[in-house]
Amino acid sequence: MGLRTFIAGWPVYRQLTGTDPLGRGAAAQSGRSAGLTARTETADRVARSVCPYCAVGCGQRVYVSDDRVTQIEGDPDSPISRGRLCPKGSASKSLVTSPLRQTTVRYRRPYSTEWEDLDLDTALDMIADRVLAAREQTWEDVDSDGRPLHRTLGISSLGGATLDNEENYLIKKLFTAMGALQIENQARI
Amino acid sequence: MAEAHPVGFQWVMEAKRRGAKVFHVDPRFTRTSAVADSYLPIRAGTDIALLGGVVRYILDNELDFREYVLAYTNAATIVSEQFADTEDGDGLFSGYDPNTDSYVQTSWQYAGHEADSGSGHTAKERDSAAGLRHESHGAQVHGQVQRDETLQHPRCVYQILRRHFARYTPEMVERVCGIPREKFLELARAWTENSGRDRTGALVYSVGWTQHSVGVQYIRTGAIIQLLLGNMGRPGGGILALRGHASIQGSTDIPTLFNLLPGYLPMPHHADHPTFDEWVDSIRHPGQKGFWGNARAYAASLLKAYWGDAATPDNDFCYDHLPRMTGDHGTYQQVLNMIDGKVRGYFLLGQNPAVGSAHGRAQRLGMANLDWLVVRDLFMIESATFWKNGPEVATGEIVPTECRTEVFFLPAASHVEKEGTFTQTQRLLQWREKAVEPPGDARSELWFFYHLGRRLRERLAGSPHRRDRALLDLAWDYPTHGPHDEPSAEAVLREINGYDVSTGRPLASFAEAKDDGSTAVGCWIYSGVYADGVNQAARRRSRHEQDWVAAQWGWAWPANRRILYNRASADPQGRPWSERKKYVWWDPQAGEWTGYDVPDFEKTKPPTYRPPQGASGPAALAGDDPFVMQADGKGWLYAPSGVLDGPLPTHYEPAESPLRNPLYGQQANPTRKVYAHPVNSVNPSPPQEHSQVFPYVFTVSRLTEHHTAGAMSRTVRPLAELQPEMFVEVSPELAAEAGLTHLGWAHLVSGRAVIEAKVLVTDRLTPLRVDGRVIHQLWLPYHFGYEGLVTGDSANDLFGITLDPNVLIQESKVGTCDVRPGRRPTGPALRDLVEDYRRRAGIVPGDRPPTVTTPVLRPAGRSDDGPREKGADHA
Repeated sequence: MGLRTFIAGWPVYRQLTGTDPLGRGAAAQSGRSAGLTARTETADRVARSVCPYCAVGCGQRVYVSDDRVTQIEGDPDSPISRGRLCPKGSASKSLVTSPLRQTTVRYRRPYSTEWEDLDLDTALDMIADRVLAAREQTWEDVDSDGRPLHRTLGISSLGGATLDNEENYLIKKLFTAMGALQIENQARI
Repeated sequence: MAEAHPVGFQWVMEAKRRGAKVFHVDPRFTRTSAVADSYLPIRAGTDIALLGGVVRYILDNELDFREYVLAYTNAATIVSEQFADTEDGDGLFSGYDPNTDSYVQTSWQYAGHEADSGSGHTAKERDSAAGLRHESHGAQVHGQVQRDETLQHPRCVYQILRRHFARYTPEMVERVCGIPREKFLELARAWTENSGRDRTGALVYSVGWTQHSVGVQYIRTGAIIQLLLGNMGRPGGGILALRGHASIQGSTDIPTLFNLLPGYLPMPHHADHPTFDEWVDSIRHPGQKGFWGNARAYAASLLKAYWGDAATPDNDFCYDHLPRMTGDHGTYQQVLNMIDGKVRGYFLLGQNPAVGSAHGRAQRLGMANLDWLVVRDLFMIESATFWKNGPEVATGEIVPTECRTEVFFLPAASHVEKEGTFTQTQRLLQWREKAVEPPGDARSELWFFYHLGRRLRERLAGSPHRRDRALLDLAWDYPTHGPHDEPSAEAVLREINGYDVSTGRPLASFAEAKDDGSTAVGCWIYSGVYADGVNQAARRRSRHEQDWVAAQWGWAWPANRRILYNRASADPQGRPWSERKKYVWWDPQAGEWTGYDVPDFEKTKPPTYRPPQGASGPAALAGDDPFVMQADGKGWLYAPSGVLDGPLPTHYEPAESPLRNPLYGQQANPTRKVYAHPVNSVNPSPPQEHSQVFPYVFTVSRLTEHHTAGAMSRTVRPLAELQPEMFVEVSPELAAEAGLTHLGWAHLVSGRAVIEAKVLVTDRLTPLRVDGRVIHQLWLPYHFGYEGLVTGDSANDLFGITLDPNVLIQESKVGTCDVRPGRRPTGPALRDLVEDYRRRAGIVPGDRPPTVTTPVLRPAGRSDDGPREKGADHA
């Protein structure tokens, strides 16, 4: 190591001679941190996304390596958010990769005190059975004057404000065709 | 705003940097107050008194933007001589029907149109939350009206407004809201001085305004101010709703709501809309001005998108497949019906009512009385585990081995594990790309509902039942891809946009929708999002590469328009009001409207255009009628119909208040939706006895670090660490009065529940001097529940169920309670404590609070109605 390199290794020297007089950036950087590479730079791909929390609609860039989300950053191109995210948006990677997420179907039998496992395909079949039974038991064809009602008040649904427009469209379309009227979401509260 | 919408708040700070004055009105000093120029603490539930004071200040000092007001609002319109104001009715308008606690609106109409406009009796409108339909357009009135351009006629809207708000003086504002008059005048001065030809002012609100029994009228008062000051349809102006979920705007536009179909078409009512023609005519109201005149095309095209080949002009496009409303089918009515055993099955799709909805105990007792419950969420939420871990299990009200509800928990895909659009708070659709596959059994709602529908249709194939035709006729053939047969979100977006049925060509705009079955449009206001076969919502041109309007980022409904009613940014002759506030204007050389945004006007209709006699629909709009979705083309200072609790806002006390209304004998909103059910109750308010049992006012809101009912934040480690505990914030004065210790425990009691919280004593809450006495307010976050990394009691358990009559949104921003030091009791003793309070407060299960509290009842137009006995008793 030459004397010049040795001196240049002193943060105070870099602070006095370089472009960082306050010593809060390049002047203070260690050799180790200078050698690090951000995982955003080595990502396999980047998906352009939108924050899932409030309705401001901040732009997000979702970084993926080996088919796993490795980082979520604010999108600097967004005219809405200009690259910024709040504490919740900044925690989105922790949200989607949280170990607390449920990834299997859980089933609670009537009068049971515990959860059980259930196959997804079986669950879908069981739900379809129950929907058809509830419709049959509670169907109202006409009112007392013979005017059409064409509905069931035996089925309710709540939620939609966290979902995509395309999802809300299919939810409303299917429930309406089922005759299920009692469809509501967070906009009511 | 800095707390709940922090990144949006950067624009407020940007404006402040450029000289804007920022006012913050809130019961609690927050991160927003900390950087505002002026902070006004307010008694929760009194905003109409404050805003009404501003209206009076404007009118008294003639500070309205007169040229704008005359040309663009209904200030000059003459109202029926049958109309009587709250000034004469002690807080009731003419037309009040005490038998149904609702108004007959005939006397509110414009002169000469008493019989042919409005909705007449409004009890039915309340049950169907009809006010929500007006999210995209005004209510019905006839387009041709009598006007007095001098604004001197005693029955013109301008003079009615003056009389109505005359008593909202600075002294009254101080007396009602607890805001010192100097502070109020500072606000009124700044607002008016920063509005007009060269300047505009913006109003930003959130659920602090909507979650009240008079919530819609809060926003109406804001609208009156903004119209009087000429702040609508102009850059830097407007009334901006900051909504709380990523696509809550989208789920209102494409509604998962009982009373609406996509694009704010009403769900049919069994008695009012027995046929397709009657349904369509009730929407377009023949004779009115504006774009709702084309409602038949939007309606026919929606049914065509739903039922495809089966929908033809000959069968009214399968109109009889639609279910019919008969009354109130809203979420709170549903929960009471669950408790009464009327509902078999319940789907929860990313919503957690056990924590997020008012009266958590009613929510949980309802869910414990179902045949089956399907919960689709990212995490194991309180609404999935109520049968095991809910507070009612501890009190013995829910016994797991006796609870019959069968529960399916199906894991959902997160926002990065599916593609699709969110509509954010300014109507902007933004497409999200899919980053990764969802883990394990997790699936999108698109997948779940597509495949559930497919299975239902397979099982019903060949069914002889009439009831199954709507499912079997359904157009339900979306292309799928990938290992799980995920349906194509782009194909659904294309259907939402609409297409020509014979060629498949996506429509360029809703102007191309037809009423003959040749077009299918899933949501007419979104038409154009897939114009030219291009996903316009996926556009991401950098803000550095376009102007400040940023029209090439995403796509805004309608027609990619960023400011609604922007014709009003030009004067009646089509010239910008000022160079500084130039936005959209008429180019006489080119013969068209031009500017920075997509003009909200027919492109080549000149400012001088006057409609021919007898015109209706868009052709009836004059060249200087900027409010193109309104039935008379004007901004409404006075609402002759469409608002069920009055044509003008009036201060009523919240349903639960420690105070008698200082303005009128009528205490609370006389049309509020009340449920007399044994599980529900309202704490007594004056003139009832025993209001002192619940002497304190409490309010709730969000913390920056948590999200709604906590499912997306109490489960996330960094956020749970930042705000780890349920707490109640109180002033030092209240802490001394109630014996509370900083960082100690307290419990709060209402007529519904008792909850506990850690005490945070700060001077961010201040006792208010109101109507000669001191009112203490407490503040709570509403994010906590019994699941997740950090847990605590739920603030929403304290609230009962009382709703705004227009949109059926609950009053959950203000209630009354008692507060005591120490932890709450556990087990059955917990209910004993609540029962003791109920007994002392005289709460009788299933009882209705008195609705009318004034002996004055003069229902003009309904001479047969006498005063109501129960009201008179309490007056």
